[in-house]
Amino acid sequence: MYITLIFLGLIMATIITWLLRQTFNTQPWVTEAADDAVSGTSLDTNTKAVALTVFLAVATSVFALFISAYTIRMEAPDWRPIAEPTLLWANTVILVLASVAYHWTRNAAVKGIESRVRPGLTVSGALTVLFLLGQLVAWRQLNAAGYYLDLNPANAFFYLLTAVHGLHMLGGLWVWARSTMKVWTGADSDSVRLSIELCTVYWHFLLLVWIVLFGMLLST
Amino acid sequence: MAYVSIADRDHEVEHHDPDTFISKYVWSQDHKVIAIQYGVLAILIGLVGMLLSSMFRLQLGFPDTFAFINPENYYQFVTLHGMIMVIYLLTALFLGGFGNYLIPLQLGARDMVFPFMNMLSVWVYALSVLILVASFFVPGGATGAGWTLYPPQAISPGTPGVDWGIVLMLLSLAVFIVAFTMGGLNYVTTVLQARCKGMTLMRMPLSIWGIFMATILGLLAFPALLVSAIMMLFDKLLGTSFFMPAMIQAGEATSTVGGSPVLFQHLFWFFGHPEVYIVALPAFGLVSDLLSTHARKNIFGYRMMVWAIIAIGGLSFIVWAHHMYVSGMNPYFGFFFATTTLIIAVPTALKVYNWVLTLWQGNIHLRVPMLFAIGFIFTFTHGGLTGLFLGNVTIDLPLSDTYFVVAHFHMVMGVSPVLVVFGAIYHWYPKMTGRMYNETLGKWHFWLTFLGTYSLYLPMHYIGFLGVPRRYFAMGNTDFMPDSAVTLNSSMTVSALIIAATQTIFIYNMISSLKNGEKSGGNPWKATSLEWQTPDTPPKHGNWGHSLPEVHRWAYDYSVPGQAEDFVPQNVPESEVPVGREHGH
Repeated sequence: MYITLIFLGLIMATIITWLLRQTFNTQPWVTEAADDAVSGTSLDTNTKAVALTVFLAVATSVFALFISAYTIRMEAPDWRPIAEPTLLWANTVILVLASVAYHWTRNAAVKGIESRVRPGLTVSGALTVLFLLGQLVAWRQLNAAGYYLDLNPANAFFYLLTAVHGLHMLGGLWVWARSTMKVWTGADSDSVRLSIELCTVYWHFLLLVWIVLFGMLLST
Repeated sequence: MAYVSIADRDHEVEHHDPDTFISKYVWSQDHKVIAIQYGVLAILIGLVGMLLSSMFRLQLGFPDTFAFINPENYYQFVTLHGMIMVIYLLTALFLGGFGNYLIPLQLGARDMVFPFMNMLSVWVYALSVLILVASFFVPGGATGAGWTLYPPQAISPGTPGVDWGIVLMLLSLAVFIVAFTMGGLNYVTTVLQARCKGMTLMRMPLSIWGIFMATILGLLAFPALLVSAIMMLFDKLLGTSFFMPAMIQAGEATSTVGGSPVLFQHLFWFFGHPEVYIVALPAFGLVSDLLSTHARKNIFGYRMMVWAIIAIGGLSFIVWAHHMYVSGMNPYFGFFFATTTLIIAVPTALKVYNWVLTLWQGNIHLRVPMLFAIGFIFTFTHGGLTGLFLGNVTIDLPLSDTYFVVAHFHMVMGVSPVLVVFGAIYHWYPKMTGRMYNETLGKWHFWLTFLGTYSLYLPMHYIGFLGVPRRYFAMGNTDFMPDSAVTLNSSMTVSALIIAATQTIFIYNMISSLKNGEKSGGNPWKATSLEWQTPDTPPKHGNWGHSLPEVHRWAYDYSVPGQAEDFVPQNVPESEVPVGREHGH
């Protein structure tokens, strides 16, 4: 559980430090004109960006807990490591490219370069779908090689972790599909700019998670 | 048709007033309606949980008397009672119910920042309740694994509901967590981003602080339950051995090997302990506001109360294994977790002192909400003190499997939060409905519930000390159990039934007052916080009419010396405060 504790420790420390900074040196019982002028918005950013940040904290918690469970279960004598398919390297590269493509699209949307948004979104989505298909193929390869889900916890964890990561990816694709539909039906990039910006963050996050998971799978 | 804009500063989205019955009361995106939907649903399923407890209390008090209770359904009743009360009643009611109702109103917002997701949250919660209830009716019935669902027994043959019940239970939990996450994202974001002008974090009522911190805990801790539920579903349905060790069943080895039941316990309690505070922190916050309002005095040590909430929130993540002293883990862990457990008692005790000091020299009005709030101080102190016993490894070991533990956690996280729930419902009932409840019935409800729970749980501590084991269907002829313990068990059952029957007074009061209650006016308690200053009672869609309120002070300006009234609402500027008589106590 150390890994979870470290991740959650960092998250909680950030929250607590921030909250304490808001609350030290205040005397709420004194009516101060300076306080009256304070707007009720704590963070100088979009509401949806705040919600995404909170959601990323939740997702971090989920993955950290899976990783903790993995490291604890790994120590039992029945653990037989699997030989990860080489295909996973190719999938990783595709996911990196998807992230890069999303970032490129984001830059275009922010700068208002309309011509780059449509192809950018299309390429990002296509690469992501390709990644997911690649993961499915990796499953089939493992299954064909006799690494069945119920044969060993190492196998089970492989299918489980990749599935959970893939499901998060699918959730992202849902939002991607909505903004892509909008753009293809003629909306200007400004109306989807926020969605693209937030998706970019989400794609980078899931890339980071995948690299951590892949590294863990490879090294154990 | 009226238009209101929601408090999303980024895009002032125009919102239509709902005009059909369906959009107003069923698929409503109004936080107040959603709050009431959450609340009513939670109370309904809570009544089921209470009925279940009455049934197994019948068996415990009068063994072998009631033919309809056999060992299987005894365990099913116990399991579902625990699960329903902790998650589907208390978590849903405090955060989904009070969180939804109070966050926008007390912060001066028009609604939650994501009303559509808020609506999804309540209906996904309804789905989780539906799946839970369905598990009673599937072949084999609901799971009887105990509310902690420990493997291997939760998914091994011989446990009630091993085929369908446990699957539906885990599924229902997963769905609940999805619902909670959607709600939780809303609560946190609304508190951070949608407060009205002048509402600094340190001017927020403590109710909001409690709900806010509890939501953060929930968002970070529920994933542990989700992860363990998913992994157990894999073990159950796909034959993996995450948690399932090698076992011999009916003389034959099972296909599972090497799984770690203790891993499940770690994951479960990593969620389970913060869950105690997910329930307790909102209760702490709400009770602070009740005490302050009805004692006409500012809350004692507001800043300390806020810091205590933050500290408890942080510490609650590093005490989980005090639920696992008997699991055979490394003794040094026991030392660590005993220490952190005793440390978390410090901010908690601070809060109790501050509540008592708020009452000191206050102008106490013993109305129904205040009775429940003071009752909470008693029950919570009792439950907290026995927690100090159990937090120590050496004392926990012999007591762990006895009724002492049952008595402890029922006092601290059963009775105490429920008293706050009642107090808070009575307190905000006039705002939600525009009518007063019946005071006499409310007092009967309080005294019967309060004294009833004491007559139920005090003897339970005693039989725990005697060594009477918990979880057993029947004790049989056990030598160490004196006749007095058997008699006490019967009397405890009678108490439990009286408490259960008493709740009909509450239900009757709530329903009949909707029609017959006196009109309450907008601010019957002369309270300072914003929800009492709305232009309409009950508040209309959008809450604040044309313009949002502006806040000029904290929420606790009660009995300020030199002022005409004994309260100054948060939205009254300094220049408009009527000056008059001196206040004495």
